[in-house]
Formats: sequence, structure tokens, C-alpha cells
Amino acid sequence: MISAPDVVAFTREEELEDDLYREPPLPEEYSVPLFPFTGQGANPWAKVAGSKFTRDFILISEFSEQVGPQPLLTIPDDAKVSGTFDLNYFSLRIMSVDYQASFVGHPPGSAYPKLNFVEDSKVVLGDSKEGAFAYVHHLTLYDLEARGFVRPFCMAYISADEHKIMQQFQELSTEFSKASECLKTGNRKAFANELEKKLKDLDYTRTVLHNETEQQKKANDKGYYTTQAIEKANELASVEKSIIEHQDLLRQIRSYPYRKLKDSEFHPYEPESALDRADMGSHDQDLTASDPAEPGETHLYTHVPSYTPKLIKAKSAKCFDKKLKTLEELCDVYFFTQTLDQLHHIERTFRGDVCYLLTEQISRALLKQQSITNFLFEDVSFLDGKPPEKQYRGCQGLGQDAMDEKCLEESLAPKVVISLGSYKSSVECVPIKMEQEMEDSEEPKMSESVMSEHQENLDYLDADIKGSISSGESIEVLGTEKSGSGLTKSESQASLPVMPSPQAGRSKVGSRRTVSEDSIEVLSTCPSESLIPEDFKASYPSAINEEPYADDNEGGLRFTPRANPGVHDGQDDISKQESLVQVDAACCIGKESPNFLEPLPELGQKPCEEDGVVRIPPQPYRPAEQGLRGGFPSHEGLSGGLLPYELDSRYLTSSREVSKSSLDECSDSTSHISSAASTCSDRTPSPAHPACAAGDRHRKRAGQNALRFIRQYPFAHPAIYSLLSGRTLVVLGEDEAMVKRLVTALSIFVPSCGAYAKPVKHWVTSALHLVDFQKWKLIGLQRAVSPAGVNVLHALSRYSRYLSILDADSKTLRCPLYKGTVVARLADHRTQIKRGSTYYMHVQSILTQLCSKAFLFTFCHHLHLPISEREPEESVVNRRMNFLKLQLGLANEDIKIVQYLAELLKLHYIQEPGQGGNPLLRFDYVPSFLYKI
Amino acid sequence: MLRWLIGGGREPQGLAEKSSVQTIGEEQIQNPYTELLVLKGHQDIVRFLVQIDDCRFASAGDDGIIFLWNVQTGEKLHELHGHTHKITAVAPFSSSDVTEEKMNLIITASADRTVIVWDCTSGRQVRKVSCFHSTVKCLTVLQRLNVWLSGGSDLCVWNQKLDLLCKTSHLTDAGISALVELPKNCVAAAVGKELIIFRLSASNSGSEGWNILEVKRLADHQDNISSLVSVNDLTFVTGSHIGELIVWDALDWTKQASECNFWDSAVHPDVQPEIKLSQSPHETSVQHLTSDEECVFAAVGKGIYVYNLQMKRVIACQKTAHDSSVLHIERLPNRQLISCSEDGSVRIWELREKQQLAAEPVPTGFFNMWGFGRTNKQANQAAKKMQENTPVYFLELVGDLIGHSSAVQMFLYFGELGLATCSADHLIILWKDGERESSLRSLTLFKKLAQNGDLQLKL
Repeated sequence: MISAPDVVAFTREEELEDDLYREPPLPEEYSVPLFPFTGQGANPWAKVAGSKFTRDFILISEFSEQVGPQPLLTIPDDAKVSGTFDLNYFSLRIMSVDYQASFVGHPPGSAYPKLNFVEDSKVVLGDSKEGAFAYVHHLTLYDLEARGFVRPFCMAYISADEHKIMQQFQELSTEFSKASECLKTGNRKAFANELEKKLKDLDYTRTVLHNETEQQKKANDKGYYTTQAIEKANELASVEKSIIEHQDLLRQIRSYPYRKLKDSEFHPYEPESALDRADMGSHDQDLTASDPAEPGETHLYTHVPSYTPKLIKAKSAKCFDKKLKTLEELCDVYFFTQTLDQLHHIERTFRGDVCYLLTEQISRALLKQQSITNFLFEDVSFLDGKPPEKQYRGCQGLGQDAMDEKCLEESLAPKVVISLGSYKSSVECVPIKMEQEMEDSEEPKMSESVMSEHQENLDYLDADIKGSISSGESIEVLGTEKSGSGLTKSESQASLPVMPSPQAGRSKVGSRRTVSEDSIEVLSTCPSESLIPEDFKASYPSAINEEPYADDNEGGLRFTPRANPGVHDGQDDISKQESLVQVDAACCIGKESPNFLEPLPELGQKPCEEDGVVRIPPQPYRPAEQGLRGGFPSHEGLSGGLLPYELDSRYLTSSREVSKSSLDECSDSTSHISSAASTCSDRTPSPAHPACAAGDRHRKRAGQNALRFIRQYPFAHPAIYSLLSGRTLVVLGEDEAMVKRLVTALSIFVPSCGAYAKPVKHWVTSALHLVDFQKWKLIGLQRAVSPAGVNVLHALSRYSRYLSILDADSKTLRCPLYKGTVVARLADHRTQIKRGSTYYMHVQSILTQLCSKAFLFTFCHHLHLPISEREPEESVVNRRMNFLKLQLGLANEDIKIVQYLAELLKLHYIQEPGQGGNPLLRFDYVPSFLYKI
Repeated sequence: MLRWLIGGGREPQGLAEKSSVQTIGEEQIQNPYTELLVLKGHQDIVRFLVQIDDCRFASAGDDGIIFLWNVQTGEKLHELHGHTHKITAVAPFSSSDVTEEKMNLIITASADRTVIVWDCTSGRQVRKVSCFHSTVKCLTVLQRLNVWLSGGSDLCVWNQKLDLLCKTSHLTDAGISALVELPKNCVAAAVGKELIIFRLSASNSGSEGWNILEVKRLADHQDNISSLVSVNDLTFVTGSHIGELIVWDALDWTKQASECNFWDSAVHPDVQPEIKLSQSPHETSVQHLTSDEECVFAAVGKGIYVYNLQMKRVIACQKTAHDSSVLHIERLPNRQLISCSEDGSVRIWELREKQQLAAEPVPTGFFNMWGFGRTNKQANQAAKKMQENTPVYFLELVGDLIGHSSAVQMFLYFGELGLATCSADHLIILWKDGERESSLRSLTLFKKLAQNGDLQLKL
């Protein structure tokens, strides 16, 4: 954990607000504009105060051919979630934007109906009236009984926070694609089954008809055909035609191109997270059975349970009489549940505030770079679980070099970028759409992507001239007319089908449809008028309406930070100009860090505070020091001359005025949070990542317990020092719950020895042995009065030199002396931090600093090996100690901590991948002291 | 410590450690072993550790399995299965055939009455002999003659190819407990209370024939001989269960000196009575002997005694070096002595010299000098006899290694590579110098960095 996402500022507090009102007003020229929503009791994050639902949810809707758009289900499946939100209306909204024609039927020049394997479309859309913004993922499923054999569906992620949808677009798209693939795979299977049944029916019908015709022929000797016979013959002919058609359909569905499925990204079955993996462990067999068989899905399809064919009446039932299949029937039950799992997973993933998600992603990406040190204190499993880097790179559509070049170019041509006032064009430059190609192509295509990136850069720079010619790889932004606050329902509905975008844009849409498979359309109605500060109103419409040709100046002004209400002051503007350099113009809406030492667009990428119609598209993370990437073993941050954590902390402290106090002031009172967040997408800052969902809870609890521990025990410092220096700490107590709580609390200080779980054992009842100290660095031990208990104590006393013992019952600690300073910062009992998760992050950030020091220490050659052959060992030792003391600024026992961490790093680095490596126990012969409360 | 754990006198006495053993505490500046590696593999008591070469050693024990280990990495090299019962003797045997390259072999004898020769490099069984009438209890390799001897109820001589060259008649049911090589193709075998000298002589017929002849029987010991060690070409030493130590001339097998009951507490006027009471015969048994050119170091009961061959007296002693019987002691090159004991600890001692001023008798022992309160008066008779201006020696505890949970059977000193200890708790522990290991790891790390090409700045 590098940064602390939930310490992002609160801009006000209740009491503070009162004070503001009571004080005499400042002269006009000094007054800082108040946060616009202060009067409404909303929290600063609640962009749309009028949203009618309490938290994000996922909606699945269908455009039923019988009743029109209708909602099918929501995730979470809880009426409270959607609240008064009009699902029916919103279904209509989201279904109506599915412009992508999925033509099925008889295409001209073809004898048989053709199935179109349409790609899903992904649309972002907003509804100011409902206060809802949605990522909408359209897909079509096949149904033999449906009109044109297709049933249009859509899955929508609905949030009150527009930023979230925009920022997380890529992630949402990836995740929903998985769900969609899963549904579609199941649907293909079901459709093929259905076709086969139908074929059998038809076959049977043909036989029956044939027999009847033969009988008639026999019976009829008049030489001419009766009308009845002719009818029968016609019927037979039509059945035969139908058979051929259906056979063809079956062939088509079987020959579905599986290229998508070969793409690992699109494996619908692949469980996403460790958590899911555990859940779906039972399915694994099915998975392996069906997975490799994908190319030959036909094989699966032929396994149809015995089916007795029915006679098919020539006239099928009226289409409105029949009952349409449910979604569950359309897809195989197994796939349906898989999809639901995936959707639940998505819901869990994107729960919470967008800054939280974003910071989480950034810190995860940064952590991933620290591949050498991150195993120490981080839960590496979730880093591995879902490689965010891949995602990001995919999203960027850039190779490393390309990114580097882009960075360079951007920094070389700041003026041009700044002059890009048109929102449209700047959005277009974000190559959001290349992910699939990138993932397919990998290395060989890298150069191409470089080329295309160059091309794109050109486009980028010339955007105002060229417009969106390269729109195949861009987001299309279609803005509806800014709607007034008094917008009625009918109006908003009416505005939908008519896209009030210029003709140029529309034609582009049309052309792009033919070239690109996945189109991303950002559709938005305007947020309510009240959201737009008066200053903007003039420039605002033009920026939106005259898409690519918007007035530069006006558009630019539109996004200048000065206009931002709230935090920014004028001084920021200058730096803002500079920071614009690195980021797309659109991103400048957000608050930039003025003090970047290097172009760090990904860090600058922050949730926009401002309310525009359209949002910056997701552009989450771009590794900073790309050029030096290979320079040092994957600790790029370091080779860049600046440690990532430093950058990050600097960023945090400098860019957000509030954050300097936030660590201390962010209180734990949940009431505060919940009241503030009442209209926010979620009440609680909740797991941003599924794999760490459990881990996050754990962290929170551990942080809370740790906080309690350091407040409660005056000897917390030596105890924590023991853990950090690799001396096993035994928590001894009679009460299991209490011991476990302490162990949980202390576990956040335990460095891991490898990529596996932390060396923490929560509860042991038998006597400890040397091997245990090798394996575990924190042990909860039962104190029993039985003879066995005495043995336990004897063992403790015997091995006391390897142990620190915390007696939870008598509140004593026996361990070596600690006189350093690091732990004091880590665990200040006077800390103002009140929340567990905040404290956890505080701890993590200090531990990350320690890790960096350990990394430096480990990988400085001359600190460990003589410079010349003749150099005596003592001088190396001297140099080493000097480095630790002077360069790293470590005092006394802090040196031991870094040395221990360095040792772990060494072991981890030299360990061969295949081998587990012998765990070794290092210890010191140091006297222990007894601490009492 | 323990009292603190138990919590303020819930069980005030009985559990509290109350022993006269010298303790060193937790601060051990001179103890180099700050890192350990636990080697797991054995399923029963590990009794033998044998060095094969500079970096390998073998371990064997009651589970009948022999493991070969790398002492540097702790890597398990081979696992040798072949014996069905516990192993009773192990001996390394490096074949020195001129024609072949040097082969590292080990010979193991087991209670299943077999002896197996193993190739340490391949981990394969070279040959197996199973024609014994009794368990082979000791093995000795006469490298010079390129033969090896097995001692059970009789003494057999084998060549490298495991051909039986000759054997003695049945000696005793108890069997030979120890064998030591003497000059002039002689071996001394401890058989019960007797020491029997055998001589190997080339037989007249046959090229490789050997005869073995009993030359002499020495019956000076009052009890079973428990240890037998060769000091140099001229001397060897035996020790018995009741604490006799006899120094023999290796050439004519005469008794040069003997120290009998010199550790008997009765001799010491100032020994506490409670200790006297606890002095059972077992406690005076000479468990192990080791020697350098000057001194013989004897593990007697719980104590360690240093017997100077020239002065023919005990020059230093630590009467209760451990809580329990000392099982093995070894002299290190740096004047240090390591002992291991049934109490599960390993202790490092240093033989120090203290110039005694004037003729001042030392009535209460030397240990008070370094102020360990609990070291009770270990009076040293030798000290009393000491003349003026002769150096006074004492054994100072410089460190202890606590890791095993049961008796430490044996250890093997590998110089700077560390120390391997084996124990009844089925474990082998490698004790290492943490500083050295750390810098070695750094070396490896930078080698690996260079290998991976990560040291160059890549753009």
C-alpha cells in the first residue's frame, strides 16, 4: 500500500460548516467559493444529489419483442438498492441506445437466413433526471423463436457517480465482456440444442407428411391432384426448406469463430479471483471439460439427451401468444449462474468511491513494479490475481517504448495540447479501444502499435483539424443537448433518439460501425443545470455541441482550473499549465499535482471534481519511468532516481491541501461517513478489488486492532520491533479470542518471507519447537494450567533467546530493547488516526519506506563486496554501517530491521523459482528485558 | 524467565531451574552462530554424523536411513535406503585406487547384521554384506592398508571390494565396542573390560591375504571400556564407565599413566554434599574422549575435564558443564571446545590460561573470577597441586546453542562452514555464522544480477 486512498479530503465537516455561517462574511475578493452543495447536506462526492438509489448496482434488461424494454434483474438483488429508482424507465433508456443493428434474416443474395455474430456494444450514458450514470453493455442472444432469432439484452452498471463510470470504463468493459462472453457461450450451446431439436421435429414432420402424401397418391388414381394434395405437397416443400435453413443455422452456430475464446482475456469460465476460484472449485471439472473442447463445441452440442420429436404444425403460433424464454433458459443454467457470479464479482469490484478505486489501482500498479520488495508487506496474491498493468497497457494500447515516446512528445509539445480546447478531440486521443488487439498481438505487434501510436499522436496534435478520423480507435462522444433542471421525463426521452450531434459526427458513427467491432460510445445527457457554475454556461454548450470544431479558447476556458469551485486557488494555475503537459487536455479538469518532478500523468489522473457533460475517459495508469524500465530489476521507481513512494507521498501531500491533515483528521466515526455519503454511490469504502475483498476487511480489522494495541500497550514499540527484525513474537494468553485479536493486530507488521502467506500462526495449543520459529514469526499460544501447559511454558523458556513473549493476561512483554525511531513513527500511541483502515495504510506507507531502504541497502554492490581485491573486510563493514546510519538515516535498532528485510530480499531474489528454499532462522544474542504496564 | 512466564509464583518451586550449571545468558558476543538451518528427514534418533568431504556429510540413525547433505546449503543430496534396522556404525572410506579416480564411499553397519558400502557421489549402494553373526558395532578404516575392519562379536578384515580377508575367532557375545588403529599394523579393540591388541600381518600365501593375530590382552580397567581414542603415534587413551582414564603407550601397550577417580567428588573436600549424592556411576562414565597433541579432553558424566599428557594431571575442568550427560566433545583449532549433551544443548568452551600470581592456592575454584553467581565452588584439585608460575587453565563458556528439543547425539564441525548437530528429536541443525552467510548471499545475489544482465542499464 503506497498511498492512502481513503484519506482524500473531506472538504467540510458539520461543525465547521456552522462556523462558516456564523462568521462575518469575508470581503468579496477574498472569499473562497463554498462547495456548491453545502446547503444540501450532501457529501462532496455526491455529484448528483438527486439520485434515487443508495449504491451502485447492475441491471440486466431486455428489449422484449412483446412488451418492449423491461428490467430483468438487478445485482445485488435487493429492492432497497434501487430504491425509488425507476428501473422500467431506465431500461427503456439503456435499451434504446443500442443502435447496433444485428441483422438476422435473409440478406440479399443469400438463400438462407444468416446469423450475424455481432459484437457487443459498450455505451456510457447518463441520466440527469434519475441522477444515474451507466455503463451499458449490449449483447444479443439467439433464440429460435424470437423475431430474427435474436433477443437483445443489456447489462448496465449504474452508478450515481459519473466519474466512476468514466474512469473505470476500461475495467468495466473488460469485466462485462467476460460476463457477456459467458452468457453468449451458454446461449450458443442452448441455441444449438434448440436447433437440433427443431431439426428432429422437422424431420419427423417431413416423414409424416411424406407418408401422408404417399397415401394420398395411392388413394388418388384420378390423374390429377386434389387441392388437398397440392397443399400437402407445398407443406412438405416448406418443411424441407425449413430443414435446410435450420441445418444451415446449425452449421453457422457451430462454426462460430472461437477466436475470442482463444483470447485468454475472454475466457468466460476463468474464475477471476482467488476468492472466486475457491468458490468455483467444484466447477473446475466442468471447466476443464468444456474449456479445451471449445474449438469443437459441436462435440458438446451433439450430446443431446434423447428427445422425442413432435409434429410441427404448418402454422406456428402467433408470436405474441407464445411465452418467450427466460434468460436462464436462453443460456445454459450453468453459464447463467457463472454469469451471475461474474456480475456479483463486478458489483463487488466497483463498489465504493471512485477515488478509492482509482488510488487503489494506482497503488496496485506501482506496487507491481516493486517486484523485488513487494512480497514483504503486501498481499502479493492479489497483485498476481489480476495484472492491472496488462489492463492498463491494453487500455493505453501502447508498448512501453511507445508510451515513453508519447510522454516525451507530450512534454515537448505542451502548447499544442493546451490549445486543444475541444473536449471531443482530446477524448479521442485516448486510445481506449486497442486493448483487444494488443492482447492478441503481444510482442510482434508492438512495433505496429508504436506506429499507430505515432499516427495517433499526429492525430492528437492535429485534432482540431482532422477531427476524429481515426475514430475507429477512439471513444465517440455524443452529447445530448444540455438539459435544463426542469427537464421532464418526456423531454428527456424524446431527446434520446435524436442525437443532436453534428452531421459529421453522425456520419462518422456510421462509417465506424463498419470498421470497428467494438464501438464505445459515450452518451450523456447533461447533468442538471445546478451542477454547472454560472461561468461555464456560456461556453459549455458550444463545447458540447460543436463537437470537434469547438472554439478553442472557449473550450479551453471551460476546463481551466480557475473555474473550478473549491480547492484550487490562482497559484495553482501556473503549475496547472505545466501539468497540462503530461495529460490530455481533458484530464486537466481534474486537480493536478503541481509539484511533479517528472511527468506522471497517471498520478495526475484524478477524479474530476467538476461536473461536465462528458467525462474524461478512463486513463488510469501509465508507468512513469518507462525509459529506464529495464535498467534495474524491475524496481523502476528506483532507477528513475525517485522512489515511487516518495513520488506518491509527495503527490498526496502537495496536490491536496487537505491531505496533509487528513491522515490525522479523518475520523473513524462511521456516522460521519455515512451521513456524508448518503447520496454517494456507496456508504462504506468497500473493497475495490475482489481478490482482496476479504483481505480488505481483514486489513480494516487488523488496523483497528493494531491501533488499539499501540494505544493500550506502552511497550508496543519493542514488540513491533521484534516483528520487524524477524524475531518471533509469541502472544501468550488464556483467552483464545483475545490472543487471536492481538495476533491479527500485530500481523500487519510481520514481513513475509516469501510469496506465500504471512508467517503468522493465530492459535497454537501445543509446545513450540524450533521449527515453528523458522516457519512462524508471530504465534498465538495458549496458556493452559494443565501439565501440558507447563510443557508449553518450558519450551518457551528454553527457546527464549529466539522469542519475544507478549503475555496477554498479565500484560507484560519480554523482548530486546528498542531505541530506534522508525517504530515510533509507525506506532505513535498519541496518533490522531482513528480508523482502522487509515492506520493500516499509514503503517503500509512507512513499511514501504523501510522496504525501499532495504532495497537500496541490498542492491548496493559496494556495501557488501569489496571494491578492490585488496580491500579488507573491515572497510566494507564500515562502509555498510555508514551507509545505514548516514545515508539511510537509521539509528540503533532500526539498522537491524533494515538488515533483516535486506536478508529477506536477498533470499527471495537468489531463490530459484522452482525450489522452496530452506527456511533459515536468524537470531541475535541480545539480552531481553521485561516490560510491564 | 520461567517464573515470570508461570506468572508470579503460581508454582513457585520445582519448576524453577535450579542447577549448578554455569549459564551464559543471552548476550554471547563470541558466539558466531547466529543463523540456523533445520534439516528434516530422519524419522528417528539421529546418532551419527560423518564428514565425507569439504562440503558434504552423512547422517544416520535409528531409522536405518542414511542422508547425505550439503553443509553449505543444507540441501539433501541423497537418501540411502537399504538397512532395515537401526544403524550402529558409520565410517567414511575414500578409496585410493591408483587406477580409479577418488571415490567417496561410506560404510554403514546396521542392527540387521548387514554392512553396506555406498557411493556418495551417485548415492547408490555399492555392495552389501550380510554374512555377519552379530551386529557390527564398530567400523574402522585402515586407509594405509586399504582395508577396513568391522567389529562385532568377532573382528573381520575386509578389503575395499568387500572380500573378507580374515577374521578372528569369536571373542565375546557383547562384541567389540570400540576400535582404534595403532602403529605397526596394530589395532586396539575394546571388548568389555578388556583391551585387546590385534596385529595384521600379510599372509605368506596369496597376494592380498592378511592374517589377524591377537597380540595382547590388557585388563587394567575395572569396568567396561566406553571410549578409546588415539592421541598420536605414541599414545592412545581409554576411558571406562566408572571413570578411569588410562594413557597407553601405543608401541609397547604399557600403561603410561592413569587417572582413576580423579573426578570423584570425594576427593574434593569442598564439594557440596548434594552433588556427591547424585554421583551415580553413570555420572562418572567417560562418554567420549578427544585429544590434541597436549591434552586429552574427556566428557565425564556431566562434566568436561582437560587432562594434560605431559603434566599427567587434569589441568582444567568444568564439573557440570551441562545439565545432563555430555555425549560428544570436540576440540576446535582455535582453542575452543564444543560439547553436546543429553540436555539438548551444545556449548562452546574456551580453554583459557590465567597466570597465577605467587603461590596462592585457589580454594574455591576459578569460576568466581568471572562472576557467575551461580557457579558454585568448583574446586580444582589440580589447582591446588599447582606450582608457582605455572599457567592455570580454565574452561570458559563462550556460547551455547539451543535448538534441539532432545539429546544432542553428536556434532560435526565444518570450520567456517558451520556446525552440524544431530539429535534424538530426529533433526539435524546446521549452525552458521550469520554475518558470513549474509555476505555470501550478497555475493550470490550480485552474481545472479550479473547473470541476468540486470546490472547494465537498459534503455
